[in-house]
Amino acid sequence: MVLANAVKRDEKVRPLLQVENLTKVFGGGRNEVVAVDDISFAIAPGEIVSLLGESGSGKTTTARMILRLSRPTKGRILYEGKDINEMKGIDYWRRAQTIFQDPFSSFNSFYSVHSFLGKAFRLADNDFSEDERRALMEKAMEDVGLNASELLFKRPHELSGGQRQRLMIARALLIGPELLVADEPTSMIDASSRVGILNMLMDLSRKHGMTIMFITHDIGLAYYTSDRLLIMNEGRIVEEGSAEEVVERPTNAYTKRLLADIPTLRRKWDT
Amino acid sequence: MKNLLKAQDLRAYYRLVDGTEIKAVDGVTLELRPNEVLGIAGESGCGKSTLAAVMSLTHNPPLRVVDGHVAANGSNLLTMPPEQVRREIKGRHISVVPQGAMNALNPTQRVRNFAIDMLQEHFPEMTKAQAIDLARARIEELSLPVRVLDSYPHELSGGMKQRTIIVLSTLLDPKVLIADEPTSALDVTSQKIVIKLLLALLGEGIITSIAFITHELPLLRQVADRIAIMYAGKLVEVGSMDEIIFSPEHPYTRALMGSMLVPEKHIREQRIEAIPGVPPDLKDLPIGCRFHPRCQKRLPVCSQEEPPAKIVGDRTTWCWLMQ
Ligand SMILES: Nc1ncnc2c1ncn2[C@@H]1O[C@H](COP(=O)(O)OP(=O)(O)O)[C@@H](O)[C@H]1O
Ligand SMILES: Nc1ncnc2c1ncn2[C@@H]1O[C@H](COP(=O)(O)OP(=O)(O)O)[C@@H](O)[C@H]1O
Ligand code: SF4
Ligand SMILES: [Mg+2]
Ligand SMILES: [Mg+2]
Repeated sequence: MVLANAVKRDEKVRPLLQVENLTKVFGGGRNEVVAVDDISFAIAPGEIVSLLGESGSGKTTTARMILRLSRPTKGRILYEGKDINEMKGIDYWRRAQTIFQDPFSSFNSFYSVHSFLGKAFRLADNDFSEDERRALMEKAMEDVGLNASELLFKRPHELSGGQRQRLMIARALLIGPELLVADEPTSMIDASSRVGILNMLMDLSRKHGMTIMFITHDIGLAYYTSDRLLIMNEGRIVEEGSAEEVVERPTNAYTKRLLADIPTLRRKWDT
Repeated sequence: MKNLLKAQDLRAYYRLVDGTEIKAVDGVTLELRPNEVLGIAGESGCGKSTLAAVMSLTHNPPLRVVDGHVAANGSNLLTMPPEQVRREIKGRHISVVPQGAMNALNPTQRVRNFAIDMLQEHFPEMTKAQAIDLARARIEELSLPVRVLDSYPHELSGGMKQRTIIVLSTLLDPKVLIADEPTSALDVTSQKIVIKLLLALLGEGIITSIAFITHELPLLRQVADRIAIMYAGKLVEVGSMDEIIFSPEHPYTRALMGSMLVPEKHIREQRIEAIPGVPPDLKDLPIGCRFHPRCQKRLPVCSQEEPPAKIVGDRTTWCWLMQ
């Protein structure tokens, strides 16, 4: 088991995050889209959970609500029992951070890497000297496989997609949140390096108890990293269970089909 | 030189205005055989699309072929007059579905115009109605809905757009189809449907062989007969699907295979390790084996001289360990 010592779901452990009857409707009338349709789940502290589904299933919409970037149409989200939409934004974002799906849209092209990472310190409790900040930034960059001396003063358009995605992860490491919501965090990073980034996030979870919610369409990623999987289809959670249960013994028809269609190495499709 | 399609010692570089050269394809010899799906795999930026462009004669400046040739039916296509290439080769002998083709369809035109343009390019005397009839017949033969011809691109799902492009690109029954990442960015279910279509084109005898380019090895396990692994502008290992997937020999192929995250039990039973470092800059390549800065098995010679090809049976490997 990869995550032998991760905190397991336990009646006595209060959930870190609780999602209750969460619903999001876009538009109205004929253009109404129910992107998220009455979903409920809980995540325990230190757990790694994947919200897994194909594109358009409502994953990013769910993540945005959990990150307080969008308001639920119905339902609520509790963080340690408190409704996140009733907390102060800065207090919440100190504790819950994200790695976005699309690193292109999450950078302002006028900022250098240095000023982008520097902004993370606004969320920090401590006052760091400029030298301390610089050292922490360089450490975080090296941790995600970025060459700090070469890249620190570059601008986003001078970086590759993979480098920008690593930078998002470096920023999350600097902030050190309790909850990390990672929406397709490695979609621009090649296979040979992807697993290195994932190992790093899993190590952080193990060492510091960081709770991670991966938002992904990548079943391999979800299965490798996660204690528990939530399978999403057309705005609903259709199956939930431990990674082993869901992948090895799926019960829902949609999950079964998804797993049958995934190309793997051992098994050949019947085409 | 009686080949279906073969690249021989091919070097194709991007020459930028400031004089720098990006050696995206740097000495590639690779043959596509009759009745096969040849998978070409490697990480992004290793030169797969560049190789596809040159082998389909669709390359444009700043990409230039600096050495080698592309052979088909005994001729070097690179020295053939462009008019002859357009008339006899493109669409007829070789068709290509470029990477991202489904997002490059003209959004203001119905899909049928793509077919009309394609056919009239080769048969200027053909009427629009005749072109549409031909396209419709083929679409029916391959069990796609005929309505796609009257649709605008945005009205079709990604998978349907990609299937339509593949069908229309092979209307002239080319021998070879080069498909560059045809399933990337599609959901797993659409991926499978696109692959079924490609296999149907082979099964119906509409095309003879496919070069299938992807960065996803598990997909190649499903469809490829042979696989070529590319790294930093060069091939590192070419062999049968079984050899490459189940008993890779080149340290890069082994590491790449070992880093695959597939939903299979073994990946939860141990920690999967990444390959340390990143691929080299194609403007500033390491001397010797291009993988040596990241290779756990490197020998002293690896940082001095490029490894030569070693052929054993149907497998070719470029690694000093095999010498
Ligand atoms: N801002 C928006 N306005 C209207 N519809 C939206 C908006 N954002 C998402 N949607 C729709 O909601 C559904 C779910 O989208 P999304 O949450 O992005 O899915 P996923 O992340 O699983 O791909 C889709 O049908 C999408 O088109
Ligand atoms: N039009 C171009 N001008 C300059 N460099 C290019 C161009 N297209 C691709 N390249 C470079 O050539 C190399 C190989 O690219 P490509 O063939 O697209 O790789 P792949 O398809 O394997 O991802 C990369 O370093 C890429 O940045
Ligand atoms: S030639 Fe040397 S450095 Fe290159 S892959 Fe083989 S052992 Fe490694
Ligand atoms: Mg999304
Ligand atoms: Mg490409």
